[in-house]
Amino acid sequence: MHSFSSLARGLTRRRFVTSLGAGACLSTLPQQAKAEGRPSSGCLPAMPSNTWDLKVSRTHVSLDGKSMHAPSIGGSIPGPILRWKQGETVTLNVRNTLDETTSIHWHGIRVPADMDGVPGLSFAGIPPGETFTYRFRLHQSGTYWYHSHSNMQEAMGLYGAIIIDPIRPDPNACDRDYVVFLGEWTDVMPHDIVNNLKMQDDYYVFRQRTAASFPKEAREAGSAMAALKDRLAWSRMNMAATDIADVSGIIYTYTLNGHAPDMNWNGLFRPGERVRLRFINGATMTLFDVRIPGLEMLVVQADGNDVEPVPVDEFRIGVAETYDVIVQPKEDRAYTIFAQSEDRTGFARGTLAPRVGMSGLIPPMDPRPVRTMVDMGMGNMKPGESMDHMSMPGMDMKEMDHMPMAGMDMSHMGHMAMPKIEVDDPGPPPINVENQNVAMMPMDRTGSPGDGLENNGRRVLTYKQLRATRPGADPRPPSREIILHLTGNMERYIWGFNGRKFSESGPIKLKKGERVRFTLINDTMMEHPIHLHGLWSELENGQGDYRPYKHTIISQPGSRMSYLVTADVPGMWAYHCHLLYHMDLGMFRTVVVS
Amino acid sequence: MRAALTTALFLMAAGTAGAEDTMQYHAADAPVPGSVTHLGNIMPVMMDQSSWFHGILEQAEGRYAPSGTDFRWDGEVWYGTDYDRLWIKSEGTLEKGRLSDGQQDVLYSRAISTYWNLQGGVRVDLDDGPTRTWGAFGIQGLALYQFEFQATGYVSDRGRFGARIEGSYDFLLTNRLILQPQAEFNLYTKSDPSRQAGAGLSDVDAGLRLRYELWRKFAPYVGVTYSGHLTQARRIARDQNEQPGSVRFSLGIRSWF
Repeated sequence: MHSFSSLARGLTRRRFVTSLGAGACLSTLPQQAKAEGRPSSGCLPAMPSNTWDLKVSRTHVSLDGKSMHAPSIGGSIPGPILRWKQGETVTLNVRNTLDETTSIHWHGIRVPADMDGVPGLSFAGIPPGETFTYRFRLHQSGTYWYHSHSNMQEAMGLYGAIIIDPIRPDPNACDRDYVVFLGEWTDVMPHDIVNNLKMQDDYYVFRQRTAASFPKEAREAGSAMAALKDRLAWSRMNMAATDIADVSGIIYTYTLNGHAPDMNWNGLFRPGERVRLRFINGATMTLFDVRIPGLEMLVVQADGNDVEPVPVDEFRIGVAETYDVIVQPKEDRAYTIFAQSEDRTGFARGTLAPRVGMSGLIPPMDPRPVRTMVDMGMGNMKPGESMDHMSMPGMDMKEMDHMPMAGMDMSHMGHMAMPKIEVDDPGPPPINVENQNVAMMPMDRTGSPGDGLENNGRRVLTYKQLRATRPGADPRPPSREIILHLTGNMERYIWGFNGRKFSESGPIKLKKGERVRFTLINDTMMEHPIHLHGLWSELENGQGDYRPYKHTIISQPGSRMSYLVTADVPGMWAYHCHLLYHMDLGMFRTVVVS
Repeated sequence: MRAALTTALFLMAAGTAGAEDTMQYHAADAPVPGSVTHLGNIMPVMMDQSSWFHGILEQAEGRYAPSGTDFRWDGEVWYGTDYDRLWIKSEGTLEKGRLSDGQQDVLYSRAISTYWNLQGGVRVDLDDGPTRTWGAFGIQGLALYQFEFQATGYVSDRGRFGARIEGSYDFLLTNRLILQPQAEFNLYTKSDPSRQAGAGLSDVDAGLRLRYELWRKFAPYVGVTYSGHLTQARRIARDQNEQPGSVRFSLGIRSWF
């Protein structure tokens, strides 16, 4: 609702800005020419460059009526698009003019550990007034991003896009090439948000089930009794089926290249041209569902790595993920890029248009998802159904056929025949102060596009569809499996792995060169985009040797999934949920490669 | 060879033979004394050991009756981490210039399970009646079906025992309009006529309040409240020519920080 009203309110006021700020890429514009407080044009710098001087400063930014003195780079939010060239060595001089320590982490870039930019792991951070020089060679190409890893600066605007041109001719080169950087904007300080969530976990959720919404639920459930039963089942667990996002459109304005919806970012095309859109989710707490009504999107890259093209109508992008898609608008009209938040409390929006200043139709938002027993890790159980028959000893083979339980999916059956591997299995997490739930029947959900997207009549990307264009670099099978449970207590707003916060846990130790399978079991009822710094995460999604290489992987609620990691770069690496407030409250581990 | 495989084999064997439980659990991130998870004192995660400070005034209300208006408050503040917190609870009723039912608790609170905290400390009955001091020990938390609950046992400096039980529930009529039934009971082992306390179930303070959350932290409400003495305390009140109990129309503001 919030976004709609602001949309109506701000339209005329912003039109002036629109015609100035977006539109044609003046490709000769030098990077320094960007004005203070100006959002991003989404246009790539004309040429890659090896040396960048980046000044971190505070800038007064006002967007959608919400002002903040935000830390940023070069005064713009997002910061400048850094265009690099694969094979080159880049030098990044980061000057800190804030009154607190800062840092820049190059998300998804394979760097030596001391260049990774995480204070406390890679280095001590960049003190006020000082300049830190990052220097590393680029082994990869594709779309990535950078952000601060210090004191919630990322949540306020210290982030931007990275484009690395491949050495070899780019198979996905297009007539037009835009960065589409998704984010949020609010004038509520990050610490205040967390403080509110600590007191009331549903502080920002105004889409709960209420007496007023009961008749509608009863209709959908078939009877009042069924709706009541479902409510009681959730209530009995002290959980809410409407718990989709912890922070919502009540305070967030969702942004596209730093533009609020009413500012209408424009990307120009001539009908018939191929347009490459490099989607980056640089949000703090929001997963986006992206579509461009009227256009088929060809997904050609995920997390910077080329994949076999997948034609889709829509895809979900987790926080910190990137997807490159190619579209080919044929008509001489405006097409809306529509990125609704997973909880449907708002959307980011921009327009692909043949001329500056055009607007396409904005579709209505979809109904908000409602969590089910699948998200609780209860398989396909009906709410309130007895769990007695799930006790292990009484289980028979017939039941197991339709229950993809621990160790029962095909990938696990597969390696049973292989040489024995060492397994670090923490066992089911304890139900304690820090953990609320145990997924009894975690499912493989890589074939699901995610909650709220199933059976919506559109072709929505799933992880299973991602197939790398070349086989993985390391053909070895894993010699070790590390099983981790994603846990949390929504009520107390505590997050962690294996029922523990960061400060109560040891490091995850990997031997240099070791090949490891990470298996994630999500016992919480929320998505967690899990990011491993410095090393690739090769998603085991049934594509054999053509596993997609990712840096951030969404673990769906109630799911079990795995990926392979080659520990080829020594050092201390951060490993965490990229929902920033989950990370900062404990869903973080140090991975040590030595 | 560990649990994943064992689990699989175990499941396959289940039904035909009781498989031997050979599971050896080991967490890759198990805490190891002396292991290094970060450099020096620089924490990569800022807030997982933070302390938080909050307070809530559940009731701050006028209770209207033709005979006169009472003012009632009931609230608490707490400071601390996820596990250890210091709580101060306060309640009281101002009635015709006289302060009664003034119970003030200072408690240490320890999180013991997903939804429950153990609490222990001191309660002082501080109002216009004689002052009493109690040792306090109890639980506070969220019962099933999202029912807020507190139960505290007390032992006084004079060797007497008491208990206070409180519960409330939020019915969401809409996302901002919330109906909250609430009740608090006090029990004592011995009567204390100067404080109008009777042996057994001594008094109840209950309300049905309808609040509108203008902001999460600020919600005006209307309600119907009942405050009264029960059983022996009822006789004590009558003997002192006081009204043993009354239903009132109430108007107040629920707020927190």
